[in-house]
Amino acid sequence: MAEYTLKLRRYDPQSGEAPYVEEYRVELEPHRSVLEAILKVKNEQDGSVGIRCSCRAAICGSCGVRINGRPGLACHTHLSDAARTGVNADGVTILVEPMGNMPVIKDLIVDMDAVHWKKIQRVTPWLLPKQPVPEREYVVPHANMVDVTQTMACIQCGACVSDCLSMEVDPLFVGPAASAKAYRFVGDPRDAEQFERLKDLAEDPHGIFDCTHCFTCIDACPKGVAPMSQIMRLRRVATGDHHIVDRNNGERHERAFVSLIRGYGLLHEAELLPRSWGGDSWFGKFHPAAGRELLDSLPSIAKAVARRKVSIRGAMLGHRIPKADLKAVQGIFDKIESKGRRYELNLYISGVEDDDEPVAAATSTSESESA
Amino acid sequence: MPAHDVLIIGAGLAGQRAALAAADAGASVAIISKVHPVRSHSVAAAGGINAALNPEDSWESHAYDTVKGSDYLGDQDAIEIMCREAPDEILWLEHAGVTFHRNDTGHLGTRAFGGASQARTYYVADITGQAILHVLYEQLMKHSDRVARYEEWFTTTLLQDDDGAVVGCVARDIRTGALEVFDAKSVILASGGAGQAFKPTTNALICTGDGIAQAYRAGAPLMDMEMIQYHPTTLAENGFLITEGARGEGAHLYNALGERFMEKYAPNKLELASRDVVSRAEQTEINEGRGFPDGTIALDITKVPRKRTLEALREIVNIGKDFAGVDITREPIHIRPGCHYIMGGVKTDYDGQTPVPGLYAAGEVACVSVHGGNRLGANSLLDTLIFGRRSGEHAAKRARTVAMPKTAPSVLNDAQGEIDAILNRPTGGRRISEIKNELGETMNRYVAVYRDAEGLATARETVQRLKEEAPNAAIDDKGTVFNQDVLAAIELGYMLDTAEAIVMGAQERRESRGAQYRTDYPERNDEEWLHHITISRDADGNPKLGTAPVTITKWEPQERTY
Repeated sequence: MAEYTLKLRRYDPQSGEAPYVEEYRVELEPHRSVLEAILKVKNEQDGSVGIRCSCRAAICGSCGVRINGRPGLACHTHLSDAARTGVNADGVTILVEPMGNMPVIKDLIVDMDAVHWKKIQRVTPWLLPKQPVPEREYVVPHANMVDVTQTMACIQCGACVSDCLSMEVDPLFVGPAASAKAYRFVGDPRDAEQFERLKDLAEDPHGIFDCTHCFTCIDACPKGVAPMSQIMRLRRVATGDHHIVDRNNGERHERAFVSLIRGYGLLHEAELLPRSWGGDSWFGKFHPAAGRELLDSLPSIAKAVARRKVSIRGAMLGHRIPKADLKAVQGIFDKIESKGRRYELNLYISGVEDDDEPVAAATSTSESESA
Repeated sequence: MPAHDVLIIGAGLAGQRAALAAADAGASVAIISKVHPVRSHSVAAAGGINAALNPEDSWESHAYDTVKGSDYLGDQDAIEIMCREAPDEILWLEHAGVTFHRNDTGHLGTRAFGGASQARTYYVADITGQAILHVLYEQLMKHSDRVARYEEWFTTTLLQDDDGAVVGCVARDIRTGALEVFDAKSVILASGGAGQAFKPTTNALICTGDGIAQAYRAGAPLMDMEMIQYHPTTLAENGFLITEGARGEGAHLYNALGERFMEKYAPNKLELASRDVVSRAEQTEINEGRGFPDGTIALDITKVPRKRTLEALREIVNIGKDFAGVDITREPIHIRPGCHYIMGGVKTDYDGQTPVPGLYAAGEVACVSVHGGNRLGANSLLDTLIFGRRSGEHAAKRARTVAMPKTAPSVLNDAQGEIDAILNRPTGGRRISEIKNELGETMNRYVAVYRDAEGLATARETVQRLKEEAPNAAIDDKGTVFNQDVLAAIELGYMLDTAEAIVMGAQERRESRGAQYRTDYPERNDEEWLHHITISRDADGNPKLGTAPVTITKWEPQERTY
């Protein structure tokens, strides 16, 4: 047994008062879950504490909350882990708050309809089956079904939505969960409208190119759905397979980004913008669209310089890295491009991250050394 | 005031399937659920769904396995319907978008499951229930114009007209606390089981027997209530489920002496005997001192190739890691039998109709009875879908023949009065959780794998006492927004009614059949007990025992060995 200080963020919409934090002491074994601690409080001390919960085993997706500042399922977080991480990290104190990016209804309960489910609805979340519908099952490769099962594993808990940084900046962003839901159809060979789905999400200014690769949703997801990876795959399928060139310039921007890294090993900020808008070459900066975009972006550029996120010199001239390093970076490009097809990382197919078969591990080490 | 042809209470697989079927049949439909539909407990069904879809398989074989699994207490006409219609249902799901596992040729692939003579279980990794539930919800979103959804609405009572027909319900909007009358020509209960009357249980916190008690209070008989399935592989500490799919994929059971003890109890099917048989075997090993010190048995999944486990049993890899601290791909995990499923429920025919006009039931809340004394693994998803659909279709058809009822809004005063009475309870009573714990521990002690007259009498007395204490249980929350305290008080009443019926059924059945094993009556006795036991409420509000015949079509009762 260990004693924990459970700090619950309370909010009673009927009281007319602002949210506040209430402290409870709970004795439980360290491997018990944060949900068990909250339910202990609810059962033994204060039945008015509001939290959605049902299965207790990370399957129903009800108990999404923020624990010491990090989004996750209360039932899926051990007390000992919770108390050691995030904002308190003193081994004793666990602050539980409602999820972010969604309005709070009461205590730890948020309005998922207003945000999460609205966004899900946005991506036409049902199969648009290929016609004619076969008499028996659609015959599709094993690997494809395993592939979409990764997104099917999403339990709609909202943890990824809670801390999505892009959504914080742009509340209209379709967001990680809905994007993963979209991939569930785009990756499903039985769906008839993959191109239309992708075009729709690429052309939407709040669509798949609105994500800034911050990885927060991958960290937050309790089920290994890796929403950001699904967004990146949507992009690759949209641009690589369906050749969708979107009006948000997402596709061109990505292409410019890649060729700059290949050329310089690091980002060359002054080149990125003109190439994204004016075409992926040194001449891009003379394109009128690039000039317009540059003018529009001046305030952001000035801010970035003022905050020393970029130096003028580095931005203008590019960053230099040692020749050997540059060669190594380019070696990665060569290696990937030499493969006949695109490899997508999917934990449902490839097994585990730490697949520890000794032979495979040895091979990959020697290869990376030679590169 | 909402009025619909068909009103469905509960939005798990049975409810959602009923809604889609009723809408397809042209009815105006509403579906009410106390949780968001994808939180329904169907989401936890792991292993798969049975159907004789392979050309080498036959529905007769599936039906026979089900009849034998039920220990001949299942109604064979209903079982025949379920097994005949199963293949088309799988294809319907596949066409709707369920991402079923494919074999090397890209066709639907199967896995083996307990009590089945063929590998006929279709699956999505070990998240089959979740995958189907989410796909059905996709369909509900698609058909938003035809199915009205009332998510997070709690049904407090069924409404009946002067003739006793069910004509709607009163429900509370959990978000605002407002009560509303729902008029309906037909009402389908699809609100799931009652596992929370036991502690521990694999069931979610929402499985509190709501529909069972609501129907019982409306005069509908309950049937086979004594038949509680103890699942052979649940975690000792918290009751979490380890899917039967693990044994289907090849996992073994060992006692503390390292013996693969199922060789003794089911020499042919071993770990894949019926659940009642495996659970009893485990409990015998534990009771006779051959279990581990924590009262468990070892489930060894390391027999399954690691890559296969990671792909097909991913969820229990996570459960093992997160909730038991065990890497199941490398070491055995300790399990024991645990409360999992109620075969009994509201008595219905194979169109979901209860004897109360206008009232239907489907899924775990209902007892058709296709599971009889013991349900086969992967038959529950099938049950929810087949009888959910049939209920939806029949309820829609019935709706064309009756006028839209109109319940006077004054019933809301009574309903509000009941809520207010709960809110205004004096302090000082026992806590709801305390009563619930005592109920759960009592049931799990005396109404479990092995039962006897003395233990059942103790359980009965305890339930009676708790029924007296429950109306005084203390309430902390006086608000109207998401007042979960008030809901818990109502749910406690539902659980106690359900538990009482379970205990009475177990006391009445003085034989051993399926999940009911009486140490004082250890034999199956077809002469006296080859019939269903029913429980209904008499005019004074007391439970009354009755019987109903078992329908036998093709398969005469035989000795049951695996």
